[in-house]
Amino acid sequence: MLRYVAKRILIMIPTILIISALVFFIINLPPGDCVTSQIDELLSQGTADATAKADALRIMYGLDKPLWLQYVNWVLGIFSGSFGLSCQDATPVSQLIGERIALTMVLEISTIIFIWVVSFIIGVYAATHQYRTGDYVASFIGFIGLATPNFLLALVLLYVGKVYFGISIGGLMDPEYIDKPFSWGKTASVLQHLLVPVIVIGTSGTAGMIRRLRANLLDELQKQYVVTGRAKGLSPFKLLVKYPLRHAMNPFVADIGNILPEVISGSVIVSVVLSLPTTGPMLLNALKTQDTNLAATFLLFVAVLTVIGTLISDLLLAALDPRIRFGAKGEK
Amino acid sequence: MNDMQPPKPPSPTPHFVSSEPWDPYVDDRLTADQERFYMASQWKLMWWKLRRHRPAVICGIFLLLMYGSTLFSEIIAPYEQQKRNIRFIFSPPQAIHLFHEGKLVGPFVYGVTLKRDPDTLRRVYTEDPTQVQPLRFFCRGEVYEFWGLFVGDFHLVCPAEGGTFFLLGTDRLGRDMFSRIVYAARISLTVGLFGISLSFILGMVIGGIAGYYGGLADNLIQRFIEILKSFPHLPLWLALSAALPVTWSPLLVYFGITIILALLDWPGLARAVRSKLLALREEDFATAAVLMGATPKRIIGRHLLPGFMSHLIASATLSIPSMILAETALSFLGLGLRPPMTSWGVLLNEATDINVVAVNWWLMFPVAPVILVILSFQFLGDGLRDAADPYQ
Repeated sequence: MLRYVAKRILIMIPTILIISALVFFIINLPPGDCVTSQIDELLSQGTADATAKADALRIMYGLDKPLWLQYVNWVLGIFSGSFGLSCQDATPVSQLIGERIALTMVLEISTIIFIWVVSFIIGVYAATHQYRTGDYVASFIGFIGLATPNFLLALVLLYVGKVYFGISIGGLMDPEYIDKPFSWGKTASVLQHLLVPVIVIGTSGTAGMIRRLRANLLDELQKQYVVTGRAKGLSPFKLLVKYPLRHAMNPFVADIGNILPEVISGSVIVSVVLSLPTTGPMLLNALKTQDTNLAATFLLFVAVLTVIGTLISDLLLAALDPRIRFGAKGEK
Repeated sequence: MNDMQPPKPPSPTPHFVSSEPWDPYVDDRLTADQERFYMASQWKLMWWKLRRHRPAVICGIFLLLMYGSTLFSEIIAPYEQQKRNIRFIFSPPQAIHLFHEGKLVGPFVYGVTLKRDPDTLRRVYTEDPTQVQPLRFFCRGEVYEFWGLFVGDFHLVCPAEGGTFFLLGTDRLGRDMFSRIVYAARISLTVGLFGISLSFILGMVIGGIAGYYGGLADNLIQRFIEILKSFPHLPLWLALSAALPVTWSPLLVYFGITIILALLDWPGLARAVRSKLLALREEDFATAAVLMGATPKRIIGRHLLPGFMSHLIASATLSIPSMILAETALSFLGLGLRPPMTSWGVLLNEATDINVVAVNWWLMFPVAPVILVILSFQFLGDGLRDAADPYQ
């Protein structure tokens, strides 16, 4: 087991390095840098020393160095706890994104919990009541959920909330709590506002998860040992929960690896639509203004979050399933 | 008692016995129907099975109609896509009526008149029941350039002379939403097709290399795919499309976006190709081909790939919607296609401000075709996937 964990963690490091390098270079692909646009403004105003100022800014942000050196400096900076300066207003990136990252994680973790709880309940219900009305309703809703793009759903909900209920769904807390320190009132407000984005981001993942859980459980319920158990008078509850469900749960855990990227992608765009104070809108802005340090830090954070999430799911799976723990050799 | 007689010949059996010689192969012979079934090609079997899947057929027809419409966008749309009707900014949809004061007039719309709300300065459009503007069908209307090739003015439906016909309202520049949605289909629908063709080629080549050669190449490709798959697509797409230079022409941006979409989509297909190849290359017919001196290219392309082409097409169909969606999302965020290129995402980009949308709700209309097309592809793909296994 220890070896397995060590192996997994070792694979993580190159993954994160490759992704961060890739992302860093992609952001710098277009001609010009973040200083260019700022300087253009100065030039148009006719400021005499604009070019001199541009050079000074470039040196301050380290943009005068070759790209690979910029990358190396940035990575080395991370190890000493600094993510560099944001190019927009020269504030440290870590200061800008601290709270946003916390809120993003809250949002994403709640979404995953939502997906699990809801799809577990509906999936088990649909599998045990196959071909009944409830099953059909669940399948139908699941299909719609799979097909409806989440940002369009967010748009529609936003419209419905605004026009029919007169409430604004956007934001992640009531305006009076913004920039206030932690309090119970603030927490409650955040939880209240969390509901809509969590549902919006979670629908497609939930729909997929219900489908898989239902199919797996149905497969399992048709097996011989269930029939034997029933013939021997095992209680229906035990016959469902103790054996088949445990088996069907396996892919449930394994799927975090697939669901997590989906949830993160979804949360980026949904938070732009709903104007949540998470990483989404800021990332978009940073990408548009070529604010390399800010954007790269966000993307690095996303990568780390994904990789750790996948790692956790793999470890859970290994703990649950000895076949994976021992390298799937005993199978067949 | 010597009346022993020779035994009577046995009486004829009560049932019919054919005097024709017995044919030992009678059971193996096939009826015409069976013959048709057993001799049918893989594709024919697939088609028969798909035909029985009702939702898939309906969705397939719907998609064909949609794609067909992109060929004749200019004719279907009553207005030109960039045509600004300055007197009708944010005009609401005009309902089609049939009866005017109890009399049948045929399809017509009431003219609208513009007033300013004195308090909010907002434009208020009211239907004017005295103005009856019958629609004209198969008519000569606004002049357009058909595919930019030749000039025409034939439309399926036009507003009355001097009248207006805004089926789905107009936007902030007074452009007809319906016409714009029709034109935008051209871009939105083809992005998926081009993207999937590219990612199909990438997936087959890369998956083919990994699956056929195995070893180090396979290992490297597998690790790379794992990395690509484990990273959320949308942020990467965002970063890539932000990297497209602003100086590019809209057409170049269109191709750039297609390539970006394909760049992140091939791993799924490559994996499918690889796993199938790994299984198939151990088969006897593959060994035979190797022994007869066929080149790897021929073995993969001629002997192995056709064996699971149907599966590949089915899974490709299932990933078209995600591409259409990605383009919509990118354009919606303002990082994808840029005006004057019009796609459904570009149209929705105007609906980002909820305060504008709350008043002008018809700006949300482009949501409908997006969802319908995606649902249809989903059903069609499901049907194809089931049909891809005709022997099941």
